[in-house]
Amino acid sequence: MHTMKRRRFLQGTAWVAGGALLTTRLSFAGAGGDSRLVVVILRGAVDGLAAVPPYGDPAYAHLRGGLAIAAPEATDGALRLDNLFGLHPQLAFLHESFAAGELAVFHAVATPYRDRSHFDGQDVLESGVPVPHASQTGWLNRALAAAPQAGHSAERGVALGSNVPLMMRGPAPVASWAPTKLAELDEDTLQRIADLYAHDPMLGQRLGAAQTANAMAADQASGTMGGGGNNRYEEVIRATAGFLANEAGPRVAVFDTTGWDTHANEGGARGQLATRFGALDAALRTLKTQLGPTWRNTAVLAMTEFGRTAAVNGTAGSDHGTATAAFLLGGAVHGGRVLCDWPGLASANLYQQRDVAPTLDLRAVLKGTLVDHLGVPANALDSVFPDSGGVRPLRDLFRA
Amino acid sequence: MRDSQAAAIATNRFGLGARPGELAACASDPRGWLEAQLKGPPPLIPDPGLQSTATLVATIDKVRAQNRQLRQSSAASQSAINAAVKLGEIYRPAYIGEVTARLRLAAATDRPFLERITQFWSNHFAVSVDKAVVLGVAGSYEREAIRPHVLGSFAQLLLAVERHPAMLLYLDNFRSVGPDSRLAGRAQERAGRTLGINENLAREIMELHTLGVAGGYSQADVTAFAKVITGWSIGAAGQGLAGGGVPGEFFFRTNIHEPGPQTVIGHRYGQDGESQGESVLLDLAAHPATAQHIATQLARHFIADEPPPEAVARLARVFARTAGDLPALYRALIAESTAWSQPLTKFKTPNDYVISAWRALDLPIEDARSVPPLFASLGQRVWSPNSPAGWPDRSADWDGASALMQRLRWADQIGQRVGAGVNAVQLAPQILGDNLGDTTRVALGRAASAAQAVTLLLAAPEFMRR
Repeated sequence: MHTMKRRRFLQGTAWVAGGALLTTRLSFAGAGGDSRLVVVILRGAVDGLAAVPPYGDPAYAHLRGGLAIAAPEATDGALRLDNLFGLHPQLAFLHESFAAGELAVFHAVATPYRDRSHFDGQDVLESGVPVPHASQTGWLNRALAAAPQAGHSAERGVALGSNVPLMMRGPAPVASWAPTKLAELDEDTLQRIADLYAHDPMLGQRLGAAQTANAMAADQASGTMGGGGNNRYEEVIRATAGFLANEAGPRVAVFDTTGWDTHANEGGARGQLATRFGALDAALRTLKTQLGPTWRNTAVLAMTEFGRTAAVNGTAGSDHGTATAAFLLGGAVHGGRVLCDWPGLASANLYQQRDVAPTLDLRAVLKGTLVDHLGVPANALDSVFPDSGGVRPLRDLFRA
Repeated sequence: MRDSQAAAIATNRFGLGARPGELAACASDPRGWLEAQLKGPPPLIPDPGLQSTATLVATIDKVRAQNRQLRQSSAASQSAINAAVKLGEIYRPAYIGEVTARLRLAAATDRPFLERITQFWSNHFAVSVDKAVVLGVAGSYEREAIRPHVLGSFAQLLLAVERHPAMLLYLDNFRSVGPDSRLAGRAQERAGRTLGINENLAREIMELHTLGVAGGYSQADVTAFAKVITGWSIGAAGQGLAGGGVPGEFFFRTNIHEPGPQTVIGHRYGQDGESQGESVLLDLAAHPATAQHIATQLARHFIADEPPPEAVARLARVFARTAGDLPALYRALIAESTAWSQPLTKFKTPNDYVISAWRALDLPIEDARSVPPLFASLGQRVWSPNSPAGWPDRSADWDGASALMQRLRWADQIGQRVGAGVNAVQLAPQILGDNLGDTTRVALGRAASAAQAVTLLLAAPEFMRR
């Protein structure tokens, strides 16, 4: 009896492969329905002046000292984007993507948050509300709740990791998934636990979401998911691709990374931060490969809570700053462009004489992505990003 | 009179989850049972196999120097590289030993309230083994800087923490250099190198350890405070600039300290040297924003994710009135009626979950190397929060679908391991007391096997929360 109930439960969700899905897909082409979005949260405040070095800015090399990335012609130099900007030499895949027109680079970009606490900064980045800790739900979840959804899973988004980051918490049901080495429970025990949770809505919902994600992961075990690799992000990126490439799967995935808080021994073309950039770059390359044809409909947003000081600090690192760089990558992206109103690094142009001054509101990028990529109705943007009336969506970020 | 509802709250929310017999022992006076745990010196970990921070840091320094020499003397020959001792060979056993000793204590202690408090402070003043250099000393940090001070004053605890080498390493202060210090001047003259401050520790002391992010400080205060604590460093062997002090212990380096007075939050500190920093720390400890911040954190941990503001205000008043006397604060928490009005308001962290399972089932530790992965597999590797803010303390931070499923897999593994050795039907009321609901009671009675019953007990909603 328990087993039967479990089967019925699985059949009720759209993630399990089956003939019915084909028709769903046919009836739902276009209108943002096939688009996929991956948000990569880079926690710890990524140094935008290292990720996208403005090697052409006359103040750059002096301010950065040992952290400076050399001009493109030099050994270990930046990968050229234009006469002002390059990419960090470890970001080779991003550079190829830029050349292929699949990467848009933003610089001097910031959320509305202007202080320098990681925790408040990440809260604003994720909640989409200008005041820290003012919301228990995230902008991405609220956007998912407002986005067209026909034909997709009950869980519209998936967080790659044990827990769901604030950005993905809210009214729309979401799942989370993380690799495990522990054995799965047998169906009888699982069903008994489901019965234990029958009167506990929170635990009941979580258990259901975990079971659907597991069923899907098991479906694809022989395909794109699993597999080793020497990259720290490899397994999770493969899983992300598996979920998104599944026609009936979630449209949006959030992938969390940490360790970008480089107060000491940050390194330049090589070193601690360079290694992390290399791992991120390789992970994104894997994502593209694993997504196959789905890449065409995919956008990847990589962003962080704020930037770092323009000048190197006393311990060969950088302290908390303000504006930084962000990336929009993918087959759906109208890229090959640096979108930036560069404020310059001359001391008078720095924010509070220390940080890159913000000239672009990150929410403009996010709004443009939601409307033009995910098909979120423009009139929903005010509730997705409260108190952002003055911030207009950046249009033209995606291929027609 | 017995108060069984309060006993369930005392053991599960204030404590670390009941051991069999504990509910019965505290049922006649649950609040008195908690208060009694505050008497006597705080329990230290009496494991002679554990090393001090100073020993570990000094060993690491020595090994690093030897490795450097090896590499230089034989021009990077393969044998030299092989002979080099890897730092992990020193750090990893230390970490395993510390995590295991901590679990042993938590699983067996008859002062579980005090142990929860200790872990609360350890997390409030978090260091993270995500930073390689912290791996070997996170445990000794907790034993040396936290445990001895949990029944003292907040100011004593704060001073012990901020001087501890693990904190100075974790938040980079040990080599933060005053721009006008003697060393900076010499480096500029001789090598054209500009040395300067690293403001990481100063910022986190204000934002996380004391005032809280809205505590009324500015970027200028952070920078000034960072200058104040330049020179707060670690002793090292040798005669050169890097040498001095007792290797591996706190050492105030006069030659990198920024000379002169500094103004922090409107107060001018004219002292010279180390006492300047102590003076700022004492003022931060006594600041009203700190009282509010600590009261909020404690109330969130012991009452609810969003604690009632009036409860926070009462705790903050006690903190201010007693100049941060910690036992007075804990007694105020025990007296706080809102902490007793609702059972099971807090979703257990993985750390809570593992410890409470250990206490409930009296599980053995057969192989110390298996202990760190226990916590890691559930998403909370001991002493490894992502940031100096420590582990988050709300349900939403821990109750993800995948996290729950992993917890259930783990529960099942434990169920199969203890199998027929445990009668979950008899055990459930002993560890859950009044929290045990009918649904769970019936499910345990109908379980297909003794092992499955244990799995169901650990999976029950009543065991997932405290």
